[in-house]
This record gives sequence, C-alpha cells and structure tokens, in this order.
Amino acid sequence: MDLFIQLTLTGLTNGAILSLAALGFVLIYKSSDVINFAQGEFLLIGAYVLFSMIVQFHLPWTIGLVITLLVAVAIGVLVERLVLRPLIGEPIISVIMATIGLSSLLRAIVSTIWGNQPRAFPPFIPSKPVHILGATVGADRLWAIGIAVLMLVLFNLFFTRSKEGIAMRAVADDQQAAMSMGISVKRIFAWAWSIAAVTAAIGGALVANIVGVGPELAGFGLRVFPVVILGGLDSIPGAIIGGLIIGLLEAYVGGYIGMGLNQVISFVVLIIILMVRPYGLFGQEIIERV
Amino acid sequence: MLSLNNVEVIYNKVILVLKGMSMQVPQGKIVGLLGANGAGKTTTLKAISGLLKPEDGEVTDGSIEFLGEPIHNRDPEEIVRMGIFQVMEGRRVFEHLTVEENLIAGAYTRHGRGSLSQDLEMVYTYFPRLKERYKQVAGYLSGGEQQMLAIGRALMAHPKLMLLDEPSLGLAPLLVQEIFEIVQRINKEQGTTILLVEQNANLTLQVADYAYIMESGRIVLEGTPEELKENADVREFYLGLTEVGKRKSYRDVKHYKRRKRWLS
Ligand SMILES: Nc1ncnc2c1ncn2[C@@H]1O[C@H](COP(=O)(O)OP(=O)(O)OP(=O)(O)O)[C@@H](O)[C@H]1O
Ligand SMILES: [Mg+2]
Repeated sequence: MDLFIQLTLTGLTNGAILSLAALGFVLIYKSSDVINFAQGEFLLIGAYVLFSMIVQFHLPWTIGLVITLLVAVAIGVLVERLVLRPLIGEPIISVIMATIGLSSLLRAIVSTIWGNQPRAFPPFIPSKPVHILGATVGADRLWAIGIAVLMLVLFNLFFTRSKEGIAMRAVADDQQAAMSMGISVKRIFAWAWSIAAVTAAIGGALVANIVGVGPELAGFGLRVFPVVILGGLDSIPGAIIGGLIIGLLEAYVGGYIGMGLNQVISFVVLIIILMVRPYGLFGQEIIERV
Repeated sequence: MLSLNNVEVIYNKVILVLKGMSMQVPQGKIVGLLGANGAGKTTTLKAISGLLKPEDGEVTDGSIEFLGEPIHNRDPEEIVRMGIFQVMEGRRVFEHLTVEENLIAGAYTRHGRGSLSQDLEMVYTYFPRLKERYKQVAGYLSGGEQQMLAIGRALMAHPKLMLLDEPSLGLAPLLVQEIFEIVQRINKEQGTTILLVEQNANLTLQVADYAYIMESGRIVLEGTPEELKENADVREFYLGLTEVGKRKSYRDVKHYKRRKRWLS
C-alpha cells in the first residue's frame, strides 16, 4: 500500500509536468495545425536559462524565474516571426520539417552555451521529505503538482474569460471567419507559441528542480507525444488527463514490473491508441449538422 | 461612404473575376447587390473587407474608397477597425465556442471591458433567441439561429458599414422575413449602413433603398427598387439569370443546398 501511494505521488508529479509540456504542444496544434517537434527543446531552454540566472548570475530564484518566462515569451514570438510566418501557405509538411530543424538548432545552441554535462540544479523549491499516508515524498514533487495545477487553472481562465484566449479558440475553429472580425491570426500564432514556450519553461524548471539539468531533459519533451496522442492532439483537457495517465502508468509499471519497461510503456500505449482510436481519447468531435 | 471604381480582381494571378466593378454605397442606406451564382458578389465583398489576401486574390486595378480613404489590399484587421464588418456567406460561426463567446470574438477590435455587457444586451434585444441559448455551443444551433449569431457578432463590433453575404441562404421563408426585418431595424436604430448581397431578389428589393445587379464580374443594371421592379426587361433578365444560375448550381457542389428564389 505504501508503495502504491509512493508510486502514485511520483506518477502524478511526472504526469503534471508532462501535462504542462503537452498543453503548449496542443495549443500550437489547435490554433495553427502545426506539430511542434521542438517542444522538448523549449523545456530544455527553460531549465537552462533558469539555471544560469540562479547559478551564474546569482539572482534570487523569483527574479530568475520571471526573466526565464520573459525569455520564453521572446523565443515564442521569434519562432513565430522567423520560422512560421515565412511558411504561411506552404504545405504543412514543410512547416513540420521546419520545427524538426528548429529542435536541432535549439539543441545545438544549448550545448554551445552550457555544454553537454549534466549539472546539479540548486533546488529553488525545498525538497525535504514529507510523509503522506505512510509514503515519503519530496516536498518539491508536491510543489510541482501544485504549480502544474495552478497553471492549468490559469489557462482554463485564459481560454474562457480573456479576449485573447477566446480569439485563440476562434482562430482554431475557423481562421478566415476569425480574420473577418479583425482578429490578427499572426498575433494569435505568436501568442500560442509564446504560451507553449512558457508552459514548457515552467515544466523544464520543475523537472530540473527534481533531477538536475542536462541535455537529456529534451527527452522528457519527447514523452509529450504519447501524451497528446492519448489525449487527442487538439484537446486541452486531453493533454492534462493524458499527462496524468502516462505519468501514473510509467510509475506503476516501473514500480511493480520493473525498470526498463517503464521507459517504453508509454510508446506501447501510443501505438495501441493509434490503432484503436487515432484521434485520441478526447480528440475534438467534428460538429456536423445536416 | 463606400465607392468601388472599376475594380478588377484576379485570383491566383490568373483568374480574372471582377472586370471593372463599380458601385456606390451612401451612408445610412441599405444597398442590395444581386446576381447569379459565380457572378462575383462574394468576391466583391471580400475585396472590400480585405479577405481576398488569404485566398490569393488581389485587387489589380481600380480603387475602393471608404470615407474618402483608399482601402484596397489592406489587411482585414485594419479594415474592421475602420468600421467595415463582413458577415460571411454560410454563417461561419465558431462551432466549438458558446453563443456568448462567439459574440465576444466579434467585439475583438473594441476596447474597454465596461461596454461589453452593454453590447451583449443590445444584441440580445435584437435576437432574444440568442439570449436563451447564450451558454450553448454554437455548432448545435439551428441554421436560423446561426445566421442571427453571425449578424449579432457583427453588431458587437459597432461597424459603420455591414456587409451581409446571402443571409437568406438555406433558411425557411418565414425566418428570412424575420431576419430581413431585423436588418432593417439595425439600419434604422444603429444607423448602420448595409450592403446586402442576395439571390432572393424579391425580398431584397423590398428592403433596399437602391440595388445593383451584377453578371460576370461587373454591374449590368442599377436603380431604385421601384425602377427595377417596374422595368419589364428586369423580369426577363431575372428569368434568364435563373436558368443560368440553375445549371451552374448543379455542377457546383458547394451550392448543393441552395434553392433558387428569384422573384418567388
Ligand atoms: N479563391 C478563389 N480562387 C479562384 N477562383 C475563385 C475563388 N473564389 C471565387 N472564385 C471564382 O470567382 C467567381 C466568382 O465567385 P464568387 O464567390 O464571388 O461568386 P458569387 O457571386 O458570390 O456566387 P454565389 O452566389 O454562388 O455565392 C467564380 O467563378 C469562382 O469560381
Ligand atoms: Mg457568394
């Protein structure tokens, strides 16, 4: 029972962070139909920039975090401007190739600036052990869950209450109709990319806080694919629930069956989902009135 | 208020669709634009609202002026901000957004939160049915309700000039009547100038102050509704057009739902 609770908490932490990374991915796909293969690198950059701010510039982590988020926004805007906008109207495969190129580019930039050695991350969130129902878990993991939940709530408010959030969903629904009401599609794309970069940066900071920084953080980003395929590429609730399911599944498989299998289980799920329900558990139904 | 002078529009750099289109829309009036399928009515509206660009269309000759300023080939955002709002053909509501969210999207270019709830109320007084369904997802509204939502969305932007593209499309005659009456009220009460594109000539001539008839990318006839209705040639002309329109519409899958109502 202790083991079960232990695994559940671990799984929820990883799952919550996966949800954050997946959320950004879904947002880009939803508003612009682009599959962003650089989502993992956004995570990586977030973690490294925060690392630099705290370790190399000795800033308090609060200020460091704010700067990291601003950098993430800037990256989102730049990517939209320099990579996506010139490709408007090109076949979607070209845009996808461009994001694959972008991922290599970002990875190269990171290794040029910070090298390839994994480094310890000065924990900005306390990691002292907490006992819950007989299980022991680092406080940092609980914080990660809390922060992820908070982010998800904020996003929900953004999408249902704010003008830009509603406009973003409008663009996702019908781009030309959105333009006809004066919504700037370019601006919405820039928003989507910025938000994706910001969520990824926060996810990256949370992972780094738990396991340290290193190039393999981008691999965490790769696990976004099983999550979004499971949840549905265009579903925000799907990203959240998919993240939690994959996080829990990996933890249980790792704990009860054995190491190794947990590394591949999510991709096994991915293949099964693709076979039986290719639009995912929560993929958007197409409203058809006849 | 709006004037088109010898406008020429080309799609994909080769397809010439408007060939010297000229018309005037005076402030505060309802102007009708009639024509068969493929005459270029929608293209005319898109040329005005700036929506040609994403379809690779371009105004290559002539000029479009709004309140004395040239507006051809500007971005749609800019044109909406200047006060022109196009209600697109086929309603085009945001299906996964609620009725109210659709209306809020319509107010995108407006500033100041305070007036938002006031504007919503204003739309709901014109379309009480939308108020009853304000939390409902727009994709599940009936066709008539979707058309009301599309017009309501335009109202939210407080446009000076509203471009309506076939609001009667696919709706029952009674509902069309109701929507046309509301359009007239909007014109009177809000002072919104209206350019009404239609296939339903009879109804259009009832509400319009002035009307144009276009064929193959240019205006072929114009006049007040009285003049047009009494002109014997016009009736002939309509009948002629009906035949052309009919044959075309069978070929054109996009228009399979459409019913011809020329002078019905
Ligand atoms: N994006 C486009 N690319 C190429 N040709 C186009 C495009 N849009 C319209 N056309 C052509 O332009 C012509 C006029 O089309 P338009 O949609 O303006 O007609 P319409 O008068 O609105 O017809 P309807 O009553 O059927 O809506 C048609 O022959 C059409 O095939
Ligand atoms: Mg048309």
